[in-house]
Amino acid sequence: MSNQQVDRSKRRFLVAATTAMGGVAGVAVLTPFVMSMLPSERAKAAGAPVEADIGKVEPGMLLAIEWQGKPVWIVNRTKETLATLAKIGDKLVDPNSDVPQQPAYCKNTDRSIKPEFLVVVGICTHLGCSPTFRPELAPADLGPDWVGGWFCPCHGSRYDLAARVYKNVPAPMNMEVPPYKYLTDTRIIVGVDQKGA
Amino acid sequence: MKKFLLALLFVPLTAFASEHGYLDKAPINLDDYASIQRGAKTFTNYCLSCHSANAMRYSRLEQVGLTEEQIKNNLLFATDKVGNIMSIAMPPADAKKWFGAAPPDLSVISRSRNPDWLYTYLRSFYLDDSRPTGWNNTVFDKVGMPHVLWSLQGKQILKAAPHGEHDAHAKPEFELVQAGSMTPAEYDATVADLVNYLTWMGEPAKMKRMELGIMVLIFLSIFFVLAYYMKKEFWKDIH
Amino acid sequence: MSAMKNLVGWIDDRFPLTANWKAHLSEYYAPKNFNFWYFFGSLALLVLVIQILTGIFLTMNYKPDAALAFMSVEYIMRDVEWGWLIRYMHSTGASMFFVVVYLHMFRGLIYGSYRKPRELIWVFGMMIYLALMAEAFMGYLLPWGQMSFWGAQVIISLFGAIPFVGDALSLWIRGDFVVSDATLNRFFAFHVIALPLVLVGLVAAHIIALHEVGSNNPEGIEIKKHKDPVTHIPLDGIPFHPYYSVKDIVGVVVFLMVFSAIVFFAPEFGGWFLEPDNFIPANPFKTPEHIVPLWYFTPFYAILRAVPDKFLGVVGMGAGVVIMFFLPWLDRSKVKSIRYRGTLYKSILTLFIISFIGLGYLGTQPATPVFTNIARVLSVIYFGFFIFMPWYTKIDKTKPVPERIPE
Repeated sequence: MSNQQVDRSKRRFLVAATTAMGGVAGVAVLTPFVMSMLPSERAKAAGAPVEADIGKVEPGMLLAIEWQGKPVWIVNRTKETLATLAKIGDKLVDPNSDVPQQPAYCKNTDRSIKPEFLVVVGICTHLGCSPTFRPELAPADLGPDWVGGWFCPCHGSRYDLAARVYKNVPAPMNMEVPPYKYLTDTRIIVGVDQKGA
Repeated sequence: MKKFLLALLFVPLTAFASEHGYLDKAPINLDDYASIQRGAKTFTNYCLSCHSANAMRYSRLEQVGLTEEQIKNNLLFATDKVGNIMSIAMPPADAKKWFGAAPPDLSVISRSRNPDWLYTYLRSFYLDDSRPTGWNNTVFDKVGMPHVLWSLQGKQILKAAPHGEHDAHAKPEFELVQAGSMTPAEYDATVADLVNYLTWMGEPAKMKRMELGIMVLIFLSIFFVLAYYMKKEFWKDIH
Repeated sequence: MSAMKNLVGWIDDRFPLTANWKAHLSEYYAPKNFNFWYFFGSLALLVLVIQILTGIFLTMNYKPDAALAFMSVEYIMRDVEWGWLIRYMHSTGASMFFVVVYLHMFRGLIYGSYRKPRELIWVFGMMIYLALMAEAFMGYLLPWGQMSFWGAQVIISLFGAIPFVGDALSLWIRGDFVVSDATLNRFFAFHVIALPLVLVGLVAAHIIALHEVGSNNPEGIEIKKHKDPVTHIPLDGIPFHPYYSVKDIVGVVVFLMVFSAIVFFAPEFGGWFLEPDNFIPANPFKTPEHIVPLWYFTPFYAILRAVPDKFLGVVGMGAGVVIMFFLPWLDRSKVKSIRYRGTLYKSILTLFIISFIGLGYLGTQPATPVFTNIARVLSVIYFGFFIFMPWYTKIDKTKPVPERIPE
C-alpha cells in the first residue's frame, strides 16, 4: 500500500498523545458521574447537626434521636452503673477506648463528656444491626454476669453501658460515639464538636 | 455545509423572543453578588409569604458570598435551619380560594418567564377599580396577584391603555398618583436586584457551567489538533 | 507482552475475541473514499452511549410520580452534585441524536445506500428511527412540565382518531382518562428499559447487516467486485482500523465541541431543546398558548395539520414515516449515487429537501390559513417524492458509473 517511508516514531507519538488526551477526557467525564452518587445537598441538609433536650431523661432511661438517618442513643447512667463500668475492664476488648471510635474528648472509661450521659450511635460494629437496650441486671436469657448494656439480636454481640464491646463476640469494636457538645446543662447538639477539641 | 450548521446554531436563539408586547430590558448581572444578596432580602421579605421556592435551599446563598450566620440573621424568617428549602406554610388550596389561583412556586420562574418579563411586570402594576384586588398589570392583564410592593413604588395609574390599542409593542405610560417610600430610580434598582436574584435562583449552576464550558472547549481544541494530525499521518498510506 | 498474548490466546480458545476484532475492525474493508457524510453513523453510536450513560445516572435521582417528578428534576439540577451537567447532557443528547440520525439518513438517501443488497440495513435503520421517536416522545413526558403533559395529551389523542378502537386505545395507552400518574409511570418504564433494549438490539442488527454486505460509498460502486486475486481484499478497500478509527476520532472531537458548546452555553437552545413552558409544572386545567412538539417531530406534525380530516391527518402523519421504509423498492435507477444521477432526480430531491425542512418549520408555527395551504403543497411534494419515484428514477438520464473508485 505504502510507497513512501512511514515515520514510525511520529505515528507512535501521535497515537500516544491522542490516547493520553482520550484517557484524560474519559476520567474527566467519569468524575461528575461518580461524584453524583455522593450525598446530595438534601441528604447533607437532612444530616445536619440535631439538638436534643436531655433534661427529661431520668437516670436509667434511654432517649433515641435521629442523626444522619442513624439512631443516636442518649442514656442517663446511675452512679452504680458508672461504678460497675470501671470494674469490668478485663472482660472487654478495648476498655480504654484506644480504637478511635469516639472524639478525643470522650476517650475515657465512661466514653462521655459528662459521666452520667452517654451519647452513642446505636449501630453494632459487626454488621450494622441496631442492638437492643437491656439495662437490667442478670436476666434469665443473658446470664447471671450481665450488668446491663446492649445485646445485638442479629449475631449475639454484647456491649456494656458505655457501648464498649465484650470479648468473644462477633463485633470487633466499641460502638461509635458521635461528635456532640453541651449547649446548656440540659441541651446537647449532636454532629458538632465540643470547642477546643 | 459548515455554514449551514453554523446558521443552525445561531438562528434559533431568537425563535422564542418576546410574545408579550413591550418589555424593558432587565439589567441582569450574575457576577454582581451584592445585587443578588439585596434581591434575596427583598424576596424573603415580600415574596416568600405567598410564593414558595421549593427547589431553593437557604444555604445555597453561600454561593453568592453570604455566610451561614448572615443567612440565619437576615433571611431566615420562615424556618430554622439554613439547609432547609424556601417553603411556605400557606396550603395551596387556601391560596387558590384567596387569589383565584395558587401563587406559583418561584424556583424556576425566571426560566418559564424570562427576566425581561419579570422586570417589566413588577414595575407595571396600576390602579384599576374593576379588579377585585384594585390592581391590574400591563404585562399580565387581569392578574390575580395584588401589587405587593406598592408601599415602595407608590400607586400609579395608566395614562394610555395598551390593551386593545393598535400597537401592543408601544411602551405604556404611567403616572404616579401617590408616592411610595422609594424614588422611581430606587424602586427600579430594587426590582432589578430582585429579578437578578430570581434569575440566579432559576439556575444556580449557570456561572459554573459557563466557566467549565470554556475549559472543556479549550481541551477539545487541543484534542482536535492532535487527532487531526494523527489522522493525516495514518492516511499518508492511502492513495 | 507475552503475558498479554497468552491472555488473549486463552480468551480466543473460549471466545472469538480476535476473530471479532478482525471481522469488524482491523480486517473489515471499507471503501477508501468516505467523505464528511460518513461521520454520522459512528456519531449516532456515540450519542446512544451518552444517552444510556446519562440516563442511568438520572434514573438514580428521578421520581416517576406525578406529585414528585417536576421537583425531582430540579433536585437533580441543584442538589445532586454535577446533576445539572448530567441532565443537560441528556436533554442536549436527545436533540443531537435526531440531528445526527437525520444527517445519517440523508447520507443514505443521496448515495443510494438503501439499494440492493443493503435493503435490510435501511429497514433496520428505519426501525431504529421509529424506536427513537417513541423513546424521545416518552422521555419528554418525564420532566412533567406543561409541554410534557400537553404534548403527550395531544399525541395520545391522535390514536383516538382510529375508527372503532381509537378511544379505547388511547384510554389503554394512558391508563386513565387523562394523562396522569399512571401514564407517567408506564412511560418511565418504557423509556428507561423497554425501548433502550429494543434500540440496542436494532443497532446491533443494523451493524451486523452492514458488515455482512459491506459499506456503500459516495460513488455508489461495489468495491467487492474487484478483489486482489491473491489476498481477496477489495482493491478499493482499506481496513476500518486504523484508517477510519483515526478519522472517526476527529469527527467525534468536532462533534463533542458542538455538543459541549450547547451543553455549557445554550442548553435551552433558545427554547428548542428545553422549552420555557416546560419549566411550569404540568397543569391539567390550563393548556399553554402554543403547543409545539419538539423540533424533530414537526415535519410530521405539519402533515397532520395539513389534512382537514382528523383520521386522515393521523393516517397522513403515519404514512409520512412508514413510506420511507419502502425506499429500497421504489428506486428503479440504474445508479446508486447522486453523483451519477441526472438533472430530473436532482431537481426532485431538492424539492423533497425543501418540503421536509419547510414542513419542519411550519410545524413550529401557528396554523394560519396561509401556512396551512403551504403545508398542503409541501405535503404533496413530500409524498410525491416517494410515490412517483419508480417512474422518475427510471426515465432519469444517468451518467455511466466507473468500475473502480476514481483517484
